[in-house]
Amino acid sequence: MASVWVVAPVDRSGALHPASLELCTKARSLTEDVAVVAVGPGAAEAAGPLGDHGARRVWVWDDTAAHDHPGSAAAVVADLVAEHRPSLLLLPMTYDMRDVAGRLQARLGSTLMSNATDLLDLDRARTEIFGGTKIVDVALEGPEPRIVLVRPRSFEAEPVGGTAEVVECSSDLPELARAVRVSGRRAEAAAAAKLEDARVVIAGGRGLGGPEGFALLEELAGAIGTAAVGASRAAVDAGWVPYSLQIGQTGKTVKPDVYLAVGISGALQHVVGMKGAKRIVAINKDAEAPIMRMADLGVVGDLFEIVPRLTEEIRRRTAS
Amino acid sequence: MDVVVFAKYVPTPEGTPELGPDHLLVRDGGDGALDPGDTYGLELGLRLVEAHGGEVTVVSMGPAGAIAAVQRALAMGAHRGVLVTDPALRGADALATARVLAACLRRRPADLVLAGIESTDGYTGTVPVTVAELLGIPSVTAVRAVEVVDGALRVERQTEEGADEVACPLPALLTVTAGATEPRFPSLKGIMGAKQKPVETLALADLGIDVEDVRPTQRVVAVADAPPPAGGEIVDAEVGIARIADLLVEAKVL
Repeated sequence: MASVWVVAPVDRSGALHPASLELCTKARSLTEDVAVVAVGPGAAEAAGPLGDHGARRVWVWDDTAAHDHPGSAAAVVADLVAEHRPSLLLLPMTYDMRDVAGRLQARLGSTLMSNATDLLDLDRARTEIFGGTKIVDVALEGPEPRIVLVRPRSFEAEPVGGTAEVVECSSDLPELARAVRVSGRRAEAAAAAKLEDARVVIAGGRGLGGPEGFALLEELAGAIGTAAVGASRAAVDAGWVPYSLQIGQTGKTVKPDVYLAVGISGALQHVVGMKGAKRIVAINKDAEAPIMRMADLGVVGDLFEIVPRLTEEIRRRTAS
Repeated sequence: MDVVVFAKYVPTPEGTPELGPDHLLVRDGGDGALDPGDTYGLELGLRLVEAHGGEVTVVSMGPAGAIAAVQRALAMGAHRGVLVTDPALRGADALATARVLAACLRRRPADLVLAGIESTDGYTGTVPVTVAELLGIPSVTAVRAVEVVDGALRVERQTEEGADEVACPLPALLTVTAGATEPRFPSLKGIMGAKQKPVETLALADLGIDVEDVRPTQRVVAVADAPPPAGGEIVDAEVGIARIADLLVEAKVL
């Protein structure tokens, strides 16, 4: 029987990336033979929930090297793949897993598809292009395993109540995988988890002009109470806020009750990360910006005037 | 220090992207440009050779029209250009692209290879690390600052939580964020001078690559239109502030 594998990253706090469980659920619909390679310190504990979501076997690389040498998990996964020959390899589309997938492709000589939103078969995946205006089905060819990076929150995770066989991996990394070494760390934001669960997301883009603009959004979020602040790629790439806040094709996918886009033009990159929101509101100085076409409510004007006044209005309403 | 910068020719972001009858993106419509995401790496490369000596070579793979991206990079200050163009590369996937770029680097090795985080048309974001792995050199992604210290790199890598300080030996490949540098505009002198700079145009045979090794392994089999967004109401600031607050109340989040 064809085997489908999921690569499941465990972050520095020991948390399993939630998309790992979504991918296990999808893998189960393609085959009964689902296995996971869990990478990062804390991977051993992740085997429980992974088994519960359909993994029959979990290879555990419970090692700080996963974070100390970025991308090094590729070497571990490549060795396992060479030995066990799965047909399909699924990874959540995150910055770190993208690096792992790129290295795997070089080692395996297999096809690699990014930005997938669905798997239709062992050799067929779906994606959306042009900002989600077109749905494209792609046949995956060439040697197995085909490698697919899947956007988080493309599927619902559904537990089935199983238990996985746990196999520990050794971590005899090749020299190339150890060549790059993290020597220091700086945490700049801790609000990441909140973003994907928040009922209201307020996202800022290039129009905010700098980190100061985001302070206005934080104030507004504070006034609403159930809101979290996110950002477009333009704002993140400029270094105004950390990657953890990025919403979009590379970045987080959010589906809040209300999405408020402030100073965001609505580039295709961004739109795919937020178009699942129940209500979309945009504040932009340009009435012709693409975001205005998809917004339920578009407000044209100077965000530096509108946002503080909106914060006042909400404080006034919630006080009474 | 010799630096290679990857440059992609992409359809202009202002234009409307189109698929041809073969389900491939129309890339040679003549309205393309150097991917703005590549200009940060180019600027960083130019600054490094200004400080440490050496040359910047810009390398692109694309249709014949992609020479425009190479020329733009030369006008910004790159010293020489390479364009790989071949009918067999039409519809090339990530692996084929990486194989071609790796072959260019085997032909002319560099101390440092710089690329963007991801292209502005495809957002695949995997090609640079695949190139590095094919060459057997280390790579660091999402770099926002670089120092050369004692013949090695000390870089700052943007992460989910903030940033990492990362040590990386040379030769190496880095992908560079927009936070790293402010790309310069080409001067008139730069634009005029670009025409005199050496540009090599190569086909697959020049790189010793077999057509079989770049055959696409992904094939679009169906394209459908997604339902268009309904679109809503557009109002000015005076009306808008109260309307946003109303909408938050309706959504029961206030």
